[in-house]
Amino acid sequence: MRAPTERHTIAVLVDNEAGVLARVVGLFSGRGYNIESLTVAEVDHAAHTSRVTVVTSGTPEVIEQIEAQLRRLVPVHSVVNWTTSSPGIEREMALVKVAGTGDKRAEAQRISTIFRAHIVDTTHNSFVFEITGAPGKIDNFVDLMRPLGLVDVSRTGVAAISRGPEAM
Amino acid sequence: MDRDGTELKMAPPKAVAGTLELSGAEIVIRALKDQGVKHIFGYPGGAVLPIYDAIFQQNDVEHVLCRHEQGATHAAEGYARATGKPGVVLVTSGPGATNAVTGLTDALMDSIPLVVITGQVASHLIGTDAFQEADTVGITRACTKHNWLVKDANDLARVMHEAFQIATTGRPGPVVIDIPKDVQFKKGAYATPASVKHRTFRVKSDPDLGQIVKAIELMAAAKKPLFYTGGGIINSGPVASKLLRELVALTGFPVTSTLMGLGAFPASSPEWLGLVGMHGTYEANHAMHDCDLMICLGARFDDRVTGKIDLFSPGSKKIHLDIDPSQINKNVRVDVPIVADAAKALKEMLHFWKTQKKKADAAALKDWWKEIDQWRAKKSLDYKPSSKLIKPQYAIDRLYELTRGRNVFITTEVGQHQMWAAQRFKFEEPNRWMTSGGLGTMGYGLPAAVGVQMAHPDALVIDIAGEASVQMTMQEMSTAVQYDLPIKIFILNNEYMGMVRQWQQLLHGGRYSHSYSEALPDFVKLAEAYGGVGLRAQTPDELDAKILEMIDSPKPVLFDVRVDPKENCYPMIPSGKAHNEMILSDAMEEETVVSDEGKMLV
Repeated sequence: MRAPTERHTIAVLVDNEAGVLARVVGLFSGRGYNIESLTVAEVDHAAHTSRVTVVTSGTPEVIEQIEAQLRRLVPVHSVVNWTTSSPGIEREMALVKVAGTGDKRAEAQRISTIFRAHIVDTTHNSFVFEITGAPGKIDNFVDLMRPLGLVDVSRTGVAAISRGPEAM
Repeated sequence: MDRDGTELKMAPPKAVAGTLELSGAEIVIRALKDQGVKHIFGYPGGAVLPIYDAIFQQNDVEHVLCRHEQGATHAAEGYARATGKPGVVLVTSGPGATNAVTGLTDALMDSIPLVVITGQVASHLIGTDAFQEADTVGITRACTKHNWLVKDANDLARVMHEAFQIATTGRPGPVVIDIPKDVQFKKGAYATPASVKHRTFRVKSDPDLGQIVKAIELMAAAKKPLFYTGGGIINSGPVASKLLRELVALTGFPVTSTLMGLGAFPASSPEWLGLVGMHGTYEANHAMHDCDLMICLGARFDDRVTGKIDLFSPGSKKIHLDIDPSQINKNVRVDVPIVADAAKALKEMLHFWKTQKKKADAAALKDWWKEIDQWRAKKSLDYKPSSKLIKPQYAIDRLYELTRGRNVFITTEVGQHQMWAAQRFKFEEPNRWMTSGGLGTMGYGLPAAVGVQMAHPDALVIDIAGEASVQMTMQEMSTAVQYDLPIKIFILNNEYMGMVRQWQQLLHGGRYSHSYSEALPDFVKLAEAYGGVGLRAQTPDELDAKILEMIDSPKPVLFDVRVDPKENCYPMIPSGKAHNEMILSDAMEEETVVSDEGKMLV
């Protein structure tokens, strides 16, 4: 029997050189691993390092292989699994467009207040909400907006960091 | 300047001051020279002409012109495996690079250090679908350990030296340096190898001593121990082979090896069980299945070794030494992982075994050897001899006997002949056996032999080949003739893609779909057409004389050995079966039932 799959958030600090994202993504596709979300941006302009945060799923054996394979990539400085190592904080941002009038529009605005979402664009018959939180919170918000005229969702994917004073 | 000019002569060359300006092409050649490269294998083309021009104007690095870029990469692989040094390849953009992909993948799978330099169209043409443009770094990303597109001549020296460091350090592998044509012309600052250190690339090669102690404690307690050794011992260098022999001598444990590891332990030793895996010996596979301690040294639990993974050696504790951490627990969970260079780890194992006065369990070991001897008594490599037809096994046995004591290097193609060679040719030393293991590349052996012979001009270099494989890279005969490389191509010609035919017989009801080698060339005439020597043997009684003729020929030889076309390679673990479910040659007429699940495995 195969072990059940688990969801893990893995941070990878890489040299920001040409093709580095392709190496990370190619590793996942080439070896048949899942990517549920992926974020990447340069985090230290002087040192030219970028941080890639990947949310993936697999059996514990697969997760162990993913980490080991990531460490083999030459431009990789370090790999940390926030799910198995120190407890991390995960946040994701989404822009959510909802169109509608009347009660639905009012309800959308009311729910957005409960979720502490900001309205960043509005017309007489639409809103764009900016919402930040754990991925589950965003899932819930999007689900609630669906019957209220959900038009479009753009999510950043997960960014993660550890609690406490230490670096990754 | 001094009056007599002494000071001028004594003045340090500009390179020492670190300000030497060279063209990109000159930087490439200078870097090769500083890395100690003597030979490179390649094929020119538009996008590498500046580098070929730089080659023309110097004598430090000798270029070997192959006839196809795949041939160049395999030649470089053969060179690397026979010397322990990196193989270097130079090819042009587009088709030059794509033709090199098979060799790169082969080197990646078998952990062979290659530095492959590819020309690229000029920087301003990249992305325009220019003539002979290909996204070389994109295409080779998945089949290299690392690769670079060098956009600035000032980066080139650093990248060249990093490339050698990465290709040869830790688990070796191929790297690609893609250099646009304008960068080859532009001037850039040269940097020496010593001045270059990669930002992130570090390899842990020293073993964790706590793990070493755990390992030797398991070894001292084992009742049924087994060394399972692989290419990691060879890649670590000759010292690792020497230390392995010492450790086996101290412990008296039996030894088996993967295809890649042959030669690390001498086949003439009483502890040697022969090859393990799909076509391994009965004793090696049964020992793998029944052992209580498996000491895996520089091998990676490949599917050709393990057979059905959930039936693999169910009762054993496992020690796994590998320099690549990603190999630990990849296919098989192990109890004591040791991430280290093989020689360093073996040295510590020997040290602690001696200083802690460990002793193998002699009584248990005696029983274990008794069990092994019963498996050995099966004589699983036996075959039915014939006085009329040359049996392929007989041909390899005679080749072995008649080349014994000579300075022999063996390469192979892929298929039945390769397995027969691995089973029967007895290797006593490392770096003598070059074969495509992981990728299984037909056409590997002939160009690999070219590379080996370049490295060892006076050695006897033999490619044990099949008539199908050898046609894939036959053009390299021309290279052998050009460079006076007297390679011997020993073709076991059974007129079939033998391994394909064997599987069709076993799994597909004997429907031999496209596995017959129809319209074969006359290999004797073909050899002569290339300017080599052609030989043919049709009966067993003429074989010895022809083999000797082949050995004594000063030229490249194609030897067409007409063997029994019906012979299959046994013993064999059918797909989806365990090590203790091998089929032997005397069972070959019986029906072997392979499950549907097994049929789906390659």
